[in-house]
Amino acid sequence: MSDFVSGFWNMYVMVIVLLSVLGCGVFLWTQSSALHKPGETTGHVWDEDLAEFSNPLPSWWRWLFYITVVFALFYIAMYPGFGNFGGQFGWTSKNQYEKEMADADTKFGPVFKKYQSQDVMAVAANSEAKEMGQRLFLTYCAQCHGSDAKGAKGFPNLTDKDWLFGGAPDQIKESIIKGRDAMMPAKGVKPDLNGDQIKDLANYVRSLSGLPGDSIRAQRGMEVFGAACAACHGAEGKGTVGLAPNLTDKTWLYSSSEEAIIETITKGRVNRMPAFGEFLGDAKIHLLTAYVYGLGGGEAAAPAAAAAAPEAAAPAAAPAEEKK
Amino acid sequence: MQSQATYNYKVVRQFAVMTVIWGIVGMLVGVIIAAQLVWPELSVHEFLSYGRLRPLHTNAVIFAFGGCALFATSYYAVQRTSHAPLFAPGLAAFTFWGWQVVIVLAALSLPLGFTSAKEYAELEWPIDILITIVWVSYAIVFFGTIAKRTVSHIYVANWFFGGFILTVAILHLVNSAEIPVFAAGILTPKSYSAYAGVQDAMIQWWYGHNAVGFFLTAGFLGMMYYFVPKQAGRPVYSYRLSVVHFWALIFTYMWAGPHHLHYTALPDWTQSVGMIFSLILLAPSWGGMINGIMTLSGAWHKLRDDPVLKFMITSLSFYGMSTFEGPMMSIKTVNALSHYTDWTVGHVHSGALGWVAMISIGSIYYLLPRLFGKAEMYSTKLITTHFWIATIGVVLYIASLWIAGVMQGLMWRATNVDGTLTYSFVESVKASYPFWTIRLLGGVLFLSGMILMAYNMFMTIAGGRAVNDARVPVPAGAH
Repeated sequence: MSDFVSGFWNMYVMVIVLLSVLGCGVFLWTQSSALHKPGETTGHVWDEDLAEFSNPLPSWWRWLFYITVVFALFYIAMYPGFGNFGGQFGWTSKNQYEKEMADADTKFGPVFKKYQSQDVMAVAANSEAKEMGQRLFLTYCAQCHGSDAKGAKGFPNLTDKDWLFGGAPDQIKESIIKGRDAMMPAKGVKPDLNGDQIKDLANYVRSLSGLPGDSIRAQRGMEVFGAACAACHGAEGKGTVGLAPNLTDKTWLYSSSEEAIIETITKGRVNRMPAFGEFLGDAKIHLLTAYVYGLGGGEAAAPAAAAAAPEAAAPAAAPAEEKK
Repeated sequence: MQSQATYNYKVVRQFAVMTVIWGIVGMLVGVIIAAQLVWPELSVHEFLSYGRLRPLHTNAVIFAFGGCALFATSYYAVQRTSHAPLFAPGLAAFTFWGWQVVIVLAALSLPLGFTSAKEYAELEWPIDILITIVWVSYAIVFFGTIAKRTVSHIYVANWFFGGFILTVAILHLVNSAEIPVFAAGILTPKSYSAYAGVQDAMIQWWYGHNAVGFFLTAGFLGMMYYFVPKQAGRPVYSYRLSVVHFWALIFTYMWAGPHHLHYTALPDWTQSVGMIFSLILLAPSWGGMINGIMTLSGAWHKLRDDPVLKFMITSLSFYGMSTFEGPMMSIKTVNALSHYTDWTVGHVHSGALGWVAMISIGSIYYLLPRLFGKAEMYSTKLITTHFWIATIGVVLYIASLWIAGVMQGLMWRATNVDGTLTYSFVESVKASYPFWTIRLLGGVLFLSGMILMAYNMFMTIAGGRAVNDARVPVPAGAH
């Protein structure tokens, strides 16, 4: 596709570029033959003693200048630079990128494909696949989840058994392929909560996982919880995978302090894991799924999924069951 | 005729003193952010966070330190080589106070978070307008003085100063074209660029590279062309060379900006054109170095015991080195390795510390005794000490960042047998710590030199008097 909206601009660029490069050479050439008197000054004197010798241009310097001009002409003959004329070599930054990607696919594709047909739990148990998975993780996931996969505020820990969207192989894979969007509305389903009620609520939420707080406030907070939060988090605050986090375990995405909980309730939370499906492709995602699964928190495949691949599930199910 | 006319030294004196003061301030901020890279916990408050102090550092060293040095030296040189006192002295005084207000506003607004987010042009629109007014006044004073010169020819230093003043005006006006934000009907200091997308990026780096080419190169070459032959007591090596490299330099610099945008959304042809002109730029840049260094031929012995000349000649060596490095880094293949690494930061500082700061320091050491009625600076020995501290500082600074930069570039592109990256980004950060520490040491040394200079300056001033009676020579025909 042309970079120019009309042929005029193409011509304009060609003429200006060519005249400018040639102009440098011609200017140098006319100046080289100018009159000079080595060792004598030009005869002008400023500020008592400032003067200039009439020495010629050093010839090595002139040649250096000419060489760069000639190289410039050669370069725009070979590479894009002369308007729409793409250069003899046919190079573009786009085709360089595409070629490198294609080369990498040919070279590295089979390395990843090898595991694609194997069950996630089998891949998770393979030490070579685990190393590859870790390298992929460090390249694409560690920026948010940390190089030890233990996450940070707002970024889930992948090594524990707490899963916001499920820890079964298919669920992990779906999280990587499609990404995840999560949103908690401010003040739950009761937009008219006041500051005092929110403080009560925060004390109640803390009490759910046995954290210390004001018991009277927590008592009052329980009622507010039923009205504002239970719709998603459940009457007991145990949450629902894929909908709302469990508030009774000791896992906190945004810190367990009263202050942080008040902030969560008051402002709500919006979080997103980007989708990697198109970018990484199936083979790499399969390895990553197995790596994340194998970090320690992976859950057994749901019965339906296990039935779909019974032959592979059998040997690999052991480590997962061990954790239960 | 005007036998009583005297040169206007007051404004030169003001700018010369502030050059040293702002040099210390700007370099101190640089040392602080270099320390923050080594010890991130030093980022104690949002106002003092790396992201806000970094533009303060660049603005302070380029526009406060460099700017004051350029005002001081150009006002001094243009009067003395025009054999006429400054045109419009009231306007000249305004440029001093106006420029100081710009600097103070920058020092307040940048830490507070006001930024247009354009590199080296971060200041918001109200300050941009003030800069424009001061700059136009500067041009009137400078070209007015040239116009009333009593010698027939314009000395070469003035071509460079003139080219710098004109071009910076154009660069500033075009790149800072921006639309202020009205919030709830009220005009705010916030603005957005008048350009969008890749055009905005191209305008920004056309500006950015020419800020280097004109503010930090042409202006300082003007300084070089006056103070090197003066200090060496020798004529400039070649008039012809100065003509050729002046026109070639100002012409080719204009094209070089796209090399900041290699391998981006900028069209391939634009990137290539930027690259070829960056390569052509090598010879015109070296023309200035040759002319400066060769001016000393026949007087090399003066280098032995004149530390001011040492500063000047060393600055030209760094100028030659960084203007060789620059074209090399503009080659796409090299740039693919060097871009986004600390190599770029090292390159900039070999120009900024090695060339810009050292030629300014040399020139200010030349000026101070003459402005304060002394035969020489309070202590020549301290100048020598300053020279060695500064030189060691620059060498440590650029050598450590060369190593860090090449290492980062190689780490980022290293891949495993399965094509994944060998190193995560943070590993390259971790590997850079030793080099960042050496860089910090280099910066501390350079700053220490400036503090010695300030001491030397105040002692010179304390024992001197403000010179206001330097006579303008009477034109030959007026007798």
